[in-house]
Amino acid sequence: MTRGNPFPPRSLRPIHRAPKWGDRIFFGLTLLGALGLASVIIAMVVSLVHGALPAFYQINFDSFLFGHIWNPDGCLPPPIGFGPCSYGALPFIVGTLVTSAIALLIAIPLALGAAIFLTQHAPLWMREPVAQIIQLLAAVPSVVYGFWALIVLVPIMATDVNPVLAQNLGWTGLFGGPHNTGLDVLTASLVLSIMTIPTITAISRDAMEAVPRSQKEAAISLGATPWEVTRRAVVPYSRSGIIAGIVLGLGRALGETMAVTMTIGNRDAIPTSLFSQGQTIASLFANEFTEAISPLEIPALIEMALLLLGICLAINIGARLVLARLQLGGRTTTE
Amino acid sequence: MTARSGRALRRKIFSHSMTVLSGAAVVVVMIPLFWIIYECVLLGGSHLTLNYFTQGTPTACSTISCNAGGGLGLIQGSAVVVGLATLYAVPVGIAAAVFAVEYGGERGLARALSMSADVLSGVPSIVVGVFVYVLVLYFDRSLVFSVFSGSLALGAIMLPIVMRTTEEALRTVPHSVREAALALGMARWKISLRIVFISALPGVLTGVLLSIARAVGEAAPLLILDNTNLHFISLNYPSESMSLSIYLWALTPYKNWTNLAWETALVLLIFVLVLSLASRLVLSRLSRKWKA
Repeated sequence: MTRGNPFPPRSLRPIHRAPKWGDRIFFGLTLLGALGLASVIIAMVVSLVHGALPAFYQINFDSFLFGHIWNPDGCLPPPIGFGPCSYGALPFIVGTLVTSAIALLIAIPLALGAAIFLTQHAPLWMREPVAQIIQLLAAVPSVVYGFWALIVLVPIMATDVNPVLAQNLGWTGLFGGPHNTGLDVLTASLVLSIMTIPTITAISRDAMEAVPRSQKEAAISLGATPWEVTRRAVVPYSRSGIIAGIVLGLGRALGETMAVTMTIGNRDAIPTSLFSQGQTIASLFANEFTEAISPLEIPALIEMALLLLGICLAINIGARLVLARLQLGGRTTTE
Repeated sequence: MTARSGRALRRKIFSHSMTVLSGAAVVVVMIPLFWIIYECVLLGGSHLTLNYFTQGTPTACSTISCNAGGGLGLIQGSAVVVGLATLYAVPVGIAAAVFAVEYGGERGLARALSMSADVLSGVPSIVVGVFVYVLVLYFDRSLVFSVFSGSLALGAIMLPIVMRTTEEALRTVPHSVREAALALGMARWKISLRIVFISALPGVLTGVLLSIARAVGEAAPLLILDNTNLHFISLNYPSESMSLSIYLWALTPYKNWTNLAWETALVLLIFVLVLSLASRLVLSRLSRKWKA
């Protein structure tokens, strides 16, 4: 990024000449592009609010947000309808939060470890290439992740990993219930963690690289070991950048659709253990959006999309503001 | 004395083991990438022949002497939906980037624009799909499930990528070059187009290719808007596509479709990885070009 231009172009503009038509037209055209970009975001918020209005009016907000049962088909007349009429979004909200949280728990140590190694310990020649390879993880299409997870990872989880976890950690209560399918919250979280690692690694690496040499040298001169330099000088200095990276990783995990849909088992209930099937907001869209038949189902789904959009906007704006203040994140933004 | 050196030794050992652990983290992080590439090559590469690019989607079949078919129909569907999205996203994205760099100044407006692009790229693709659903439903109910609305969603996903990579490429051109041209009396729009834009063109083009790669792999919005197994008919109807076919055929009992899904995954993966590597090379070369 170029910064601190000592001669801003404005001051160089010839003062005595009226602006030319070519300049005006060019300015107008590029302005249109800028407005187009802004209008996409505005149109997105407006459309989703508009689409969710019927749900706002006709579904009690508390029973929507905290309802345990999602059964829109029950709202149809008896021959089709079955069971209670209920639009409870809680299972999907919980599913989304739980999978993202576990994904972060797995991803953070690995991503930070990788960032620390790449900025503090690795030989200089391998830093950039390895960082680029890790970035390639962000380029893999999520449907390919899902396909790989479904065919390769799920059977391994079902036959090798889950029984071991159930046997050794079953007492925690986290690993209860049947675990023979491999399609569960744990597998989905694992795939999500792989997908968030490149984001967290890239941004914390940027933040750690921005730590001034003097900070590290001061710690070294006091006799700190390499780990103590990292722990006492590098991490505290780059903390806000690291947190911004983690938050952006969370943003990616919350809205991930294809890979989660293919691995989470798609059951509309609150997961009771890491081995239970679940559903996230995103995977619910994938499963039900085109098959919705009861009249309020689409508005209710749009209301959930609005919820997800709100969370993701807040997360991204917050993290980007932090990164902009730190003057970081220039090269890690496109993916 | 011994207690002190014992403590120093412990600190040293702890430090070394943390170094080893962080090195191990790098290895663990890279495993999934190579694992995915390995599986795609193993399961897709064994069937992938030139037929993939010349033959259409086969009819479902699970006997041994099945017609293997190819991915031509899928490539066609993806090309139409992504091509259309490129038509919307590239002009708007490039114009927004030029505006941010040439008229946005150092902070303020320029930063607000690139930040809104970043925020837009942080919106989950499925939410973009829902947005386009509502938007198209409002204007024309019959177009909701079509290639057209799929392309709108992909366009909104490509837009921030085009904008940000173009902006970065334009910013590699130093101010001194613009100032030199201004001193020679060149009009500003000519400077922006003929000097800045042309010098940054490799970066802009790879940004466009990168966004195309991202859009080709994107399946979530198509799942809502453009979801079918059928060939491309017209923009008013849905059509099959590469990314979505992987999802639809992931668990199909038909052997030839599963093989085709793996072949598609391999082709997609190669496409995406090569493009994103190339774009990084071009961008880093561009920023080095002016430093010499």
